[in-house]
Amino acid sequence: MKFGFSEEQDELRRQVHRFLEEKSPESEVRRLMETSEGYDPAVWKMMAEQLGLQALAIPEEYGGAGYGYVELLIVFEEMGAALLCSPYFSTIALAANALLNSRDEAVKAHWLPKIAAGEVIATLALTERSGRWDLDAITTKATATENGWMLSGEKLYVLDGVVADLLLVVATTDQGLSLFAVNGDADGLERSTLSTMDQTRKQAKIVLDATPASLIGVDGGAREIVETTLQLACTAMVAEQVGGAQRVLDASVDYAKNRVQFGRPIGSFQAIKHKCADMLLEVESAKSAAYYAAWTADSRDEDLGLVTSLAKSYCSEAYSHCASENIQIHGGIGFTWEHPAHLYFKRAKSSELFLGDPVYHREVVAQRLGI
Amino acid sequence: MSEDVLSHSESSSFRARCRAFLELHATAGDPLTFADNQKFLAAARVAGLAGIPYAEQYGGAGLTLAHEKIWREEKASFPYADRMFIISHGMCLPMINEFGSVEQKERFQADMIAGRTLWSQLFSEPGAGSDVASLQMTAVRDGDEWVLNGQKVWTTYAHLSHFGLLIARTDASLPKHAGISMFVVDLKAPGVEVRQINQIDGGREFNEVYFSDVRVPSDNLVGDVNNGWRLATSMLMYERVTIGSGLSEQFAHPFFDILVDGARSQGASVDPIARDEITKIYILETCKSLIGLRTQAEVKAGKTPGPGGSLGKLFGSVIAWKYRSIAGEIGGLGAVAWEDGADPMGALRASVVNSFRDGIAGGTDEIQRNIIGDRVLGLPREPVVDRDVPFRELKISTAKQSSK
Repeated sequence: MKFGFSEEQDELRRQVHRFLEEKSPESEVRRLMETSEGYDPAVWKMMAEQLGLQALAIPEEYGGAGYGYVELLIVFEEMGAALLCSPYFSTIALAANALLNSRDEAVKAHWLPKIAAGEVIATLALTERSGRWDLDAITTKATATENGWMLSGEKLYVLDGVVADLLLVVATTDQGLSLFAVNGDADGLERSTLSTMDQTRKQAKIVLDATPASLIGVDGGAREIVETTLQLACTAMVAEQVGGAQRVLDASVDYAKNRVQFGRPIGSFQAIKHKCADMLLEVESAKSAAYYAAWTADSRDEDLGLVTSLAKSYCSEAYSHCASENIQIHGGIGFTWEHPAHLYFKRAKSSELFLGDPVYHREVVAQRLGI
Repeated sequence: MSEDVLSHSESSSFRARCRAFLELHATAGDPLTFADNQKFLAAARVAGLAGIPYAEQYGGAGLTLAHEKIWREEKASFPYADRMFIISHGMCLPMINEFGSVEQKERFQADMIAGRTLWSQLFSEPGAGSDVASLQMTAVRDGDEWVLNGQKVWTTYAHLSHFGLLIARTDASLPKHAGISMFVVDLKAPGVEVRQINQIDGGREFNEVYFSDVRVPSDNLVGDVNNGWRLATSMLMYERVTIGSGLSEQFAHPFFDILVDGARSQGASVDPIARDEITKIYILETCKSLIGLRTQAEVKAGKTPGPGGSLGKLFGSVIAWKYRSIAGEIGGLGAVAWEDGADPMGALRASVVNSFRDGIAGGTDEIQRNIIGDRVLGLPREPVVDRDVPFRELKISTAKQSSK
């Protein structure tokens, strides 16, 4: 396993960073936050056409550029730093990973090229009212009828569920856990936007009532696919968390250098200085864990489940803590809506819980270590 | 010292030579005595493996830093072989080599390398810990000698040492950093009294060293008068390299291993909250290892290393704090009370008490955070009240107040 980045990877980072500086400044984040779709279709198109971001880690045989999880980490890190409002995470980290792991060639050949071209927005619908991420909690049912499969049930917390063209729904059949493709405009499908603390990321409630769906892969064979998908999605989520954590550290340090009280910059007081030092320690640790997860996703020479859960639990707490300290260091102004600090905190809090919370993931680590 | 790059076959054959020597003369894992350490070094001298990068005319092996790196890598599997010489060889020897006069190198270097003499570092004083530049030991010129009076503390292995590198105040009319000089001192000289310190972990490696009118020949001054602070700074850089940045270049989970052992030997299954806390320690130790691996990769790739290198020491202590808070839950009462001959929690208990060292010795956590904040993050420094004031006008700890 390599523990560094190549020149090409560093250049990718610079490109994405420049693009987001221009296309996703704070003003755009605030504008898109207030919309129900939560993204800018023109920017989505530019991401595909100018930078090939949707195609980045899709294999060449499906119209992609054939890069890997480390390149994706770089992209997600920059997106997390910018709080980009976009269905990129749902489409690429959730849906594309599920399709790539489905072993269903026909389905892959049908959907992946469209995703790579930026023509389709897709997402994964897994969690239900319980909010649980373990697969034993699924109650949505799939029934085989003479007209094909029909799904009934309710999904909550579905990222970009309202704007998705394609929903990959996890449901149970007589054979067990299975994965289905549902069109966004299917019959018997009701989608509504949830109110979210983190307005930069839209979540939906999906109600399925005899909704037509097509089976992906083998009936009852989705457990491993979904588990791997969630692990790979974690590598993207932790990258976002690291990007956000670094950004709030930068903001704290900048404020500490410039805010003057008692005749000197507040960063010259040890209480503030020490908070920043501790934040740096957390950010560097989180980076290390996130990079390790991506390197493992590419090389597969370590236990992916252990490494991704390790990273998810640590990066979640590090981001939330740093975002909290960032508000604290800013004092009163950090408590205003107009200051960006709360946007990062709210993204951090949501991300902490999405894909499983830190306690859940540490239990995964404990089990895999055999404690 | 030469930095020559070795060919692959030169590297492998030298490595094999080191390994063969170590397997014969060092015993992996045994905490060897001082006499054992000396025996090992004497054998290394004979085998041409002592003082690897130092010049042959001063008792070294005359090889390169590349050879030294290989030797250290192989010796890492035998940590006790010459453990007690870590300061002697890791700090004092490079200082004499770099800053010593020809005459000093001729007098001291060969014996240092061969382990015939053990050296200590004498910087800290009871009134000068984090602020070592406020030291009060005086060195007053008297003819051909300097007369030293004062007290040093936290001197590792002084009770076994023959010599030391010491800093003392030679001009109190200058600001604190400007009036310090460095000397080689003979710790067996008249007027030197060494007392071992009773540590909370039961050990006694640290010492107090009292100097009462100790006479030091002027030839023992290292570098120029009043230039000692710069030398001290260089020595602290060697300390950082030797004792390490706190980062290793592989995965290591020392506290986790102790906790898991402790949990298993308790017999009963560990409760969910304790499992969660043990896992947190595992995760922290993994992150610390990863920072080391990333830093190593950056250095190897010729990139400017990120901040990781400055974080190792603090990180180790942060983990120790967390460890201390959970270790009791895992150890149970058996960790704090035991019968003779049946002490399964001994390693856990010892590391709980010993680990306070991590956050205090070699730079406290608070100083580390200041350094990280100032030098890595570029935060503005705290106002300093004593930098440009003549030393004799400063308010200091444990000073005898003058009667004026």
